[in-house]
Amino acid sequence: MLRPARSVSALASLASVLLLAACATESTPSSAGSSSPATSADACAASTLRLVTPGTLTIGTDKPAYPPYFVDDTPTNGKGFESAVAYAVAARMGFTKDQVKWTVVPFDSSYAPGEKKFDFDINQISITDKRKAAVDFSTPYFTVPQAVLTLNTSKFANATSIADLKDAKLGAQVGTTSLAFINNTIAPTQQAQVFNDTAGAKSSLSNGTLDAIVVDLPTAFYISAAEIDGSKVVGQFAVDPSADTWGLLFGKGSTLVGCANQALAQLASSGDLAKITAQWLSTDVKVPVLQ
Amino acid sequence: MTHVAATGASAAPYRDPERQSFLRRRAVRNRTVASVSMVVFLVVLAVAVTSSPGWPAVQKSFFDPTAFRESMPDIWSAFWLNVRMFLVAEPLILVLGLLIALARGLRAPMWAPLRVLAAVWTDVFRGIPTLLLILLFGFGIPALRIKGLTNEPVVWGTVALVVSYSAYVAEVYRAGIDSVHPGQRAAARSLGLSDGQTSRFVVLPQAVRNVVPPLLNDFISLQKDTALVSVLGPIEALRAAQIYASDTFNYTSYVAAAVLFISLTIPMARYTDWLLARQRRRKAAGGSW
Repeated sequence: MLRPARSVSALASLASVLLLAACATESTPSSAGSSSPATSADACAASTLRLVTPGTLTIGTDKPAYPPYFVDDTPTNGKGFESAVAYAVAARMGFTKDQVKWTVVPFDSSYAPGEKKFDFDINQISITDKRKAAVDFSTPYFTVPQAVLTLNTSKFANATSIADLKDAKLGAQVGTTSLAFINNTIAPTQQAQVFNDTAGAKSSLSNGTLDAIVVDLPTAFYISAAEIDGSKVVGQFAVDPSADTWGLLFGKGSTLVGCANQALAQLASSGDLAKITAQWLSTDVKVPVLQ
Repeated sequence: MTHVAATGASAAPYRDPERQSFLRRRAVRNRTVASVSMVVFLVVLAVAVTSSPGWPAVQKSFFDPTAFRESMPDIWSAFWLNVRMFLVAEPLILVLGLLIALARGLRAPMWAPLRVLAAVWTDVFRGIPTLLLILLFGFGIPALRIKGLTNEPVVWGTVALVVSYSAYVAEVYRAGIDSVHPGQRAAARSLGLSDGQTSRFVVLPQAVRNVVPPLLNDFISLQKDTALVSVLGPIEALRAAQIYASDTFNYTSYVAAAVLFISLTIPMARYTDWLLARQRRRKAAGGSW
């Protein structure tokens, strides 16, 4: 899972749309194949779907819901990248705005066994093979690179390569692919610090306990632009397709996955998804890619 | 211990053989009934849990042997941090708690400020959630940017634990001091011991012996609360478990962490029991009845 943010490079969003389109065409028929010969419009009619609350699409996300994925911690306002994506998917699945209900799903409980209290959960959750053993994911709706954020005054502010960061005291949020990235790719000499949320990581960065934090790129932009004065995004890293794509999370064996994938594919091909991405995650900042 | 011994039998010169065999038979029957009822209880519980419709899913999420094996090495090495925090915090808490309890018990008027300070300390730090103390010390003090002061989160987290637990432990000591009969103090004074000597040689030895079990109880609680320090960033056992769980969407790693915590608390609980039993024996041997 990855958390809070702003702009992402045009390249990244373009890549996400392309990847999404590719995945959608590949997997939609197979994931829907078990229940019906093909995911036809009829099979996905809103009235025939098996939902937690009949007639209502129940969508989960954590609280607080961070910008720029949600705005004002209010998923129902349709503002913010993920709120907008959720409503767009709902609309494609045949639900009006009134028929969408939001419910609070802490990240740690999203993968609990047993009945889910949501139809799908949207919470910056990275799709990985291990996680697929416990839950089902939609095709990706976003692909996001990891980025390093530090203070302008830090001796790592001018790092130009991954190797330059080896001796930094790094921090990340628990459960994020950012943490896995630190351990697997940067492999710092000092053990990374891990926080419940980005708030903890931000405190430790601004009070000098940490040299830098690793977060997803939109979050990095958001923090440097709106939250920590005198901080900067040192660089981003090459996208890892096995860890850096976000998907909608469903209970294992949910019958909705195929229909949601179909909705996402339509959003990608119509260009709506790219529009939503451009609207909420600004694309005008260039950040060097660290190797 | 057989039933015969339990009733004491007070070394009776004559034992009725009929009664002896009755008691033996009854002891056997009691043990049989206890064993059967225990087995039945466990079987019913196991069947009820494992036959429930969601058991396979729960088993896979919480009791997956593969996940247990995979997550254990990281949790084990992170657990060492819990142990170190605990080992450093415990002696400090014992000393600080005792000092606070003693300060509260000072009678001379000139010690009024110390007495008040001790009372305020226990009131305030016992009332504040430990988590807030840890956040306050761990994020707040480094943010002051005082030269020469460490900003190591583990250090400040441990300090917060010491502050919080010293308040609890001071009250435990105070209860122990109050439990010593006033006559003991009066007797000591009448023998010519000073106030300080009375405390040192008469009151405290008895008081501390009386509160060893509740003190150990607090320390078991402390062992688990070391996990709270993870909010500051350090990776201890519970955090390592959480990292594995959120990585794989499998909660088994928490069970692995629990096994480690339990393996520390159970010996401690048995040690407490043993101390208590010894204390009882000694009191009895002292001829108090």
